Amino acid sequence: MSDIKVKTAPVLGVDGRSAGHLLEIENLHVEFRTRDGVAKVINGVSYHVDAGETLAVLGESGSGKSVTAQTIMGILDTPPGFVTNGSIRFRGKDLLTMGKDERRLVRGEGIAMVFQDALSALNPVFTVGFQIAELFRKRRGMSRADGYKRATELLDLVKIPAAKTRLKDYPHQFSGGMRQRVMIAMALALDPEVLIADEPTTALDVTVQAQIMDLLAEIRRDRNMGMILITHDLGVVADVADRIAVMYAGRIVEQADVHALYGKPCHPYTLALLDSLPRLDLKGQELNTIKGLPPNLLRIPSGCAFHPRCRMARDICSTQRPALLELGGVRSSACHFAEELYGRE
Amino acid sequence: MSSPEVATPTAEAAPMPVTPAVVEPAPRKDKPRSLWTDAWYELRRKPLFVISAILITLFVLMAAVPQLFTSADPLAADLNRSLTPPDFGAWFQFGKQGQFGFDLQGADIYARTIYGARASILVGLSAVIGNMLLGGFFGILSGYLGGWTDTLLARFGDIFLGLPFVLGALVILSTFAPVQSNPSAFRITSLVILTFIALGWPSFARIMRAAVLSTKQLDYVHAAQALGARPGRVIFRHVLPNAIAPMVVVGTITLGAYIGAEATLSFLGVGLRQPVVSWGIMIGDSRQYMEAAPYMMAFPAAFLAIAVLSFVMLGDAVRDALDPKLR
Amino acid sequence: MGRYALRRLLQAIPVFIGTTFLIWFLVWGLPGDPFAGRCGERQCPESYVKFMTDKFGLDDPLPVQYFNYLTNLLQGEFGQTFNGTEIGDLLAQAFPVSIKLALVAVAAEALIGITAGVLTGLRRGSFIDNLVLVSTLVLIAMPIFVIGLVARYSLGLASVSPEAPWVELIIPGLILGSGSLAYITRLTRVNLVENRRADYVRTAVAKGLAPSRVTGVHLLRNSMIPVVTWLGLDLGSLMGGAIVTEGIFNIRGIGGLLFDSINRRQSGVVVSIVAILVLVYLIVNLLVDLLYGVLDPRIRYE
Repeated sequence: MSDIKVKTAPVLGVDGRSAGHLLEIENLHVEFRTRDGVAKVINGVSYHVDAGETLAVLGESGSGKSVTAQTIMGILDTPPGFVTNGSIRFRGKDLLTMGKDERRLVRGEGIAMVFQDALSALNPVFTVGFQIAELFRKRRGMSRADGYKRATELLDLVKIPAAKTRLKDYPHQFSGGMRQRVMIAMALALDPEVLIADEPTTALDVTVQAQIMDLLAEIRRDRNMGMILITHDLGVVADVADRIAVMYAGRIVEQADVHALYGKPCHPYTLALLDSLPRLDLKGQELNTIKGLPPNLLRIPSGCAFHPRCRMARDICSTQRPALLELGGVRSSACHFAEELYGRE
Repeated sequence: MSSPEVATPTAEAAPMPVTPAVVEPAPRKDKPRSLWTDAWYELRRKPLFVISAILITLFVLMAAVPQLFTSADPLAADLNRSLTPPDFGAWFQFGKQGQFGFDLQGADIYARTIYGARASILVGLSAVIGNMLLGGFFGILSGYLGGWTDTLLARFGDIFLGLPFVLGALVILSTFAPVQSNPSAFRITSLVILTFIALGWPSFARIMRAAVLSTKQLDYVHAAQALGARPGRVIFRHVLPNAIAPMVVVGTITLGAYIGAEATLSFLGVGLRQPVVSWGIMIGDSRQYMEAAPYMMAFPAAFLAIAVLSFVMLGDAVRDALDPKLR
Repeated sequence: MGRYALRRLLQAIPVFIGTTFLIWFLVWGLPGDPFAGRCGERQCPESYVKFMTDKFGLDDPLPVQYFNYLTNLLQGEFGQTFNGTEIGDLLAQAFPVSIKLALVAVAAEALIGITAGVLTGLRRGSFIDNLVLVSTLVLIAMPIFVIGLVARYSLGLASVSPEAPWVELIIPGLILGSGSLAYITRLTRVNLVENRRADYVRTAVAKGLAPSRVTGVHLLRNSMIPVVTWLGLDLGSLMGGAIVTEGIFNIRGIGGLLFDSINRRQSGVVVSIVAILVLVYLIVNLLVDLLYGVLDPRIRYE
């Protein structure tokens, strides 16, 4: 697995804004207008991904990581979800302002998505062959026979045994891991430049998780795609990601190169997340957990949203919201004590 | 349907909820009371529910004390008044007659329409209650004993469900009260009610059986049984509360359907007959005079449709309120 | 699937026997003079009663009578009416008419009901949606004989001619299917609304498929499963449920024949019709169950 860490693609535009990134989200705001009030789900998220690199977006459920992905894909449920500000540029063009048809063509071909729960994400009443071949037939104008031929190749690519016969099976006839492979094959069909994987392994057994992550990493490398890996699992991230963005209450609280982040987290939330990982060398000790609950998005705490749960919180944290501070390189952190944390040994 | 949800998935594993998870502390569903208070809160704000509830109250009042609405005798016929059109001037004046006109025999259509509610409500309500009791009893037997009793009762119920409703009622009623015969009001009314019960109980037995089976699975019921609770206690404490919601919903809608069915059978001449006053009979009588005296049919038909509609709407609203999934 | 079908078929046998016995017993088996009133005001002559009793085997013990009846029935022998007409002939005349009527009704349900359901399901909460919802409630609540009478006399329709051509069956069929039509509309709507937010619909959008394909193929195909099965069941029940509609429009179908026979106490015809309708009902039920498995690959028959 360690070979994956070898970066084969250059990380372009390390210093951020200047160069055109492949996919660049800037200052995205999304809110959910519910009966109980307006929930600010995403509050100014910016990140980017380039060809050949993997960005991991990390956060608890409700942190807005999946909603960001849905907004990129244009599959946000509206209502209740509304984009109130920001831009999502793919190859320099803003997806949020482009025409419906133009945007539709970006889906699958420019940016494709692997969903968390393949069992519900695949249509239960069509064979997987139909669902994959459909892309070739409708998007590439291929004949039925050609579409199925390409679908077989794709199932081979994602290492599903007996691809040709399994094409005729329905999603529920596959095992969890195999189903997720089908999902991946479908996402790859139109050769996308960016692949968003939304918790691709959450629903799977631990052993299968590793296989799927390996497969994703391998494909990403072979095709030189950009990948956004959305997860809550710190363990998954370490082996695959180049950069990590940590989200909390709809904001990015820390962003860093994967090694830097693991080596020296510069935000108390990241610190707490890492602390709460079970570790072999601390066997017998009590597991550290983050106290409290994720914030209620209808009433996000004032100041730093994390302060009620933060071990380092002081008075300033409840009154002033810390800005995302650049700490050098691709590193940034949104904490009043970021520099303190960065400077520590 | 109201099985308690105890499982709280870890915050991490849960998929992104559409509304933030912490917005409202989920009402604990293991207390049936909160389900009903919830439903009641939901219902009071629904116009369809309020309207149908008011209408049903009116119909029940009509059935119980028709004298409140009219002072005329629905059976008094005076051929001099035969086929007199409605007197709209008499509409809000109590004590007057002929608001809806007079029928062929010269009986007051308004009074007959008001008195007609009694037959509809009586037949519908008694049949539904009978269904609940009989079906509920067999349902509990099926669910609790299982095995051969269950299979046997299921097949037995299928025999009655296999008969199309109107068809079955037609055969049964025409056997026990041939078309040409003149059974007494009590006899024919109870016959209609019994027919509805005979044909309807299997549906209610199925509901009760499902409720018993799902309740039997619950941990706290296992616990109660392990502690030595007797079947009777388990049924009254745990099974019945779970069965009430679907029973009430299906019962209300069925009541509406039975009112329609009673009218249909009376219209066909095999259901209620003179001297019982029924909307179905009135509509049947009006057939030959559709052109000459459309009011003979219009008023009872309107009452009939509104009555059926009220019960169906009420059942619909209650179901929506009790089934949080559809909210 | 074969074994499941066979098991269901076997289960249907006792139901069929039970139902036909029930009706047979009601019509033939209850004590009473089957010839009362058959000869006008007078008591029937001794010779006539004896002849008829012999002919219909009324002196045999009840179980024997029923068994004889059933074996004849299974051989396609429906017997004769009291007047000596072959019951089989009567049925052969009436059934095609009722089947035609039921087909018209189901076609109307499918066409109008599904269209209205899709329109309202996609525009939930709109004016059209509310209008259709209220109208469906009214249709569901209004007994067919009221709708039928009003329609017949307000449109000034004549009775349907004996050959029952398709054109003349359109309005009776619409009325026969009106309740189910309203129900289909609601069923379609509810399913569309429920499935619209389904993950697989979202996936179809994420694949970059055109909206028409997302709705028309992925959403509709799933939402139609309960609707199609319900239509199947309805076809079965409408064949026997047309007593009122056929009565109002004087259509010479099964319903009319049955009602006539009950009035004229033609017991043999009544039992035969009910037996056939129950058979149709049981077979349709089985077929619809199997159809469900075809429509939804997740269903598995043990």
